[in-house]
Amino acid sequence: MPANQAALPIDILEQRSHRDARHERLFRWLLKGCALIVLASLLGAAGATLWGGREAFSAFGWHFLVSSAWDPGNDVYGAVVPVYGTIATSLIALLIAVPISFGIAVYLSEVAPAWLRTPVASAIELLAGIPSIIYGMWGLFVFAPFFANHIKPWLTNNLGNKPDDGKLSWVAEHVPFVGKLFGSDYPFGASILVAGIVLAVMIIPFISSVMREVFQTVPTRLKESAYALGSSTWEVSWDIVLPYTRSAVIGGIFLGLGRALGETMAVTFVLGNAMHLSASLLDPGASIASTIANQFSEATGLQKSSLMALAFLLFVVTFVVLLIARLMLRQLARKEGR
Amino acid sequence: MLTSRKYLTRSARFAAVAAIAVASTFGVAAQATDITGAGSSFVYPVMSKWSAAYAEKTGNHLNYQSVGSGAGIAQIKEGTIDFGASDAPMKAEDLQKYGLGQFPIVVGGIVPVVNITGVQADQIKLDGVTLADIFLGKITNWNDPKIAALNAGLTLPAGKITVVHRSDGSGTSFNFTNYLSKVNPEWASKIKFGTAVEWPTGVGGKGNEGVSQYVRQIKGSIGYVEYAYAVKNKLAWVDLKNASGNFMKPSADAFAAAAATADWASAKDFNLIMTNAPGAQAWPITATTWMIMYKTPKNAGNSKVAFDFFKYALENGQKAASDLDYVPLPAPLVSKIEAYWASEYKH
Repeated sequence: MPANQAALPIDILEQRSHRDARHERLFRWLLKGCALIVLASLLGAAGATLWGGREAFSAFGWHFLVSSAWDPGNDVYGAVVPVYGTIATSLIALLIAVPISFGIAVYLSEVAPAWLRTPVASAIELLAGIPSIIYGMWGLFVFAPFFANHIKPWLTNNLGNKPDDGKLSWVAEHVPFVGKLFGSDYPFGASILVAGIVLAVMIIPFISSVMREVFQTVPTRLKESAYALGSSTWEVSWDIVLPYTRSAVIGGIFLGLGRALGETMAVTFVLGNAMHLSASLLDPGASIASTIANQFSEATGLQKSSLMALAFLLFVVTFVVLLIARLMLRQLARKEGR
Repeated sequence: MLTSRKYLTRSARFAAVAAIAVASTFGVAAQATDITGAGSSFVYPVMSKWSAAYAEKTGNHLNYQSVGSGAGIAQIKEGTIDFGASDAPMKAEDLQKYGLGQFPIVVGGIVPVVNITGVQADQIKLDGVTLADIFLGKITNWNDPKIAALNAGLTLPAGKITVVHRSDGSGTSFNFTNYLSKVNPEWASKIKFGTAVEWPTGVGGKGNEGVSQYVRQIKGSIGYVEYAYAVKNKLAWVDLKNASGNFMKPSADAFAAAAATADWASAKDFNLIMTNAPGAQAWPITATTWMIMYKTPKNAGNSKVAFDFFKYALENGQKAASDLDYVPLPAPLVSKIEAYWASEYKH
């Protein structure tokens, strides 16, 4: 190389270095452009929904955020029922999905024999590829009737405050909130709990594949030294692997949460679409995405504006949730002295 | 650099390709007209059937998007489609403002359906007031005395009533709530009518399919669907008392009787909602869908083809409509519509 370079005249070398500098600048601008497109789309979407919802916000003000009305006949709308439904179904989905995904990830990275890892991992990734409306159909035709016939009667009779025979169980009487959470007048399966379970099945593949990928990056030396000192598999997973991969795991959990918050068709089919606020998990409800999906095509005027305002609130909810995630991560990092 | 011979061959090839391309566009221009419509999902099945038959006959294609009446009205106001289809008639001021005219095209019936153990279609009878009270949540059990009073001889099991309504905005809900408003003053003052209302009780299914599915699954439920869905899903429908006091079972004849006895003469621009029609044999919840078009067409060629399609549908499309459990318009109404075309629309 140096010998060749010494043979070339100076101006060609200068040309080349200018050309390289130009290409370098172009490439950096291209990358910046890609990032800016993402930012612009996000701001554009949030801005468009805020603009579309301005009529609703100006008509109702802050009352929109605390009102549980939804009356297209008299044009009075409030966001409480959809927002509560979105948060409740997503929380239930997380509570169910996170421990199961952790179990799947630990099993695949620590316990499973090598020949089993790839088939199970592929099966889980197939689950992630199933369209959400198929989950909705499965929920509506298979799971909701099964739940209504076999699980719901047990829950309402043993945990709820409206049992069929009128006698409250010990748990319903003495443990606070449980009676209200599981009491239900209706015999059908569409409810917040069922929607939460269907969502959990949908987000398990996302969370578990992120966890599994990240568990495999833990240095073998760390794990082997812990095993050598006599730790059990549980101790290694909980005390070595999880702390090492904490921020990526939380990232994966919030990826799943993001999907759960925005999930439309699966939730619309199994949530029951009742615009009533109820304390019970076994009563039907509504979520932001399902309300918009149901009513947007026929809505006009103030109703349409309220639906756009709901979409903006979904942005706000997601943003708040991510903010909490970041703060949590920072707290944990500070505790470790980083 | 190309030699002159290579250049000539290349330009000759290019010229040949260009000539073929231009010639093929002449072929395309001589093809038939495509017209677009959008709106109500209530008429989508019959629209597809009619447009397929019409395309076979004349070669003109109709592209109908079932996006909902609200979206159909919005699109025709913007002029992006040739006709809109709406389950709710547009008000006179709106029609005036945009220079639009509307006319009905086909009639369908909405039937309440139940799922009660041991009760089959046509066995249970209700009237408008009781039906509205059930949907208001005032009657909550099947052995309520008000229901028993209408059903002497039928033993109804004591069970909770689960109301199933539509979760999405729809013309079916519009007509159903309109009927309830006409027969029950409490419903009219509290809930009113519309494509979406604040249902006091019950669970919402998405689309007629969603409501049918919930009614099939939930014991002791009552819902409302289009007649075609009740027939195809073998749901047990309810006999309703009509405005003349007769308990009618839903059928194509009952819907036709409602369409024939409705007072079209006094409705300007056919702005008449047919629920609770006065005929002795009329089914009380009968609905129609209006086609909305510009009086002075934005695209004269497309408008002409659209009218030709509607003429075909009104005069030759009866069998196709009845096969799908819709009811074709009675002949006097068809003549009224064709007279309306001649007087209001510029061709």
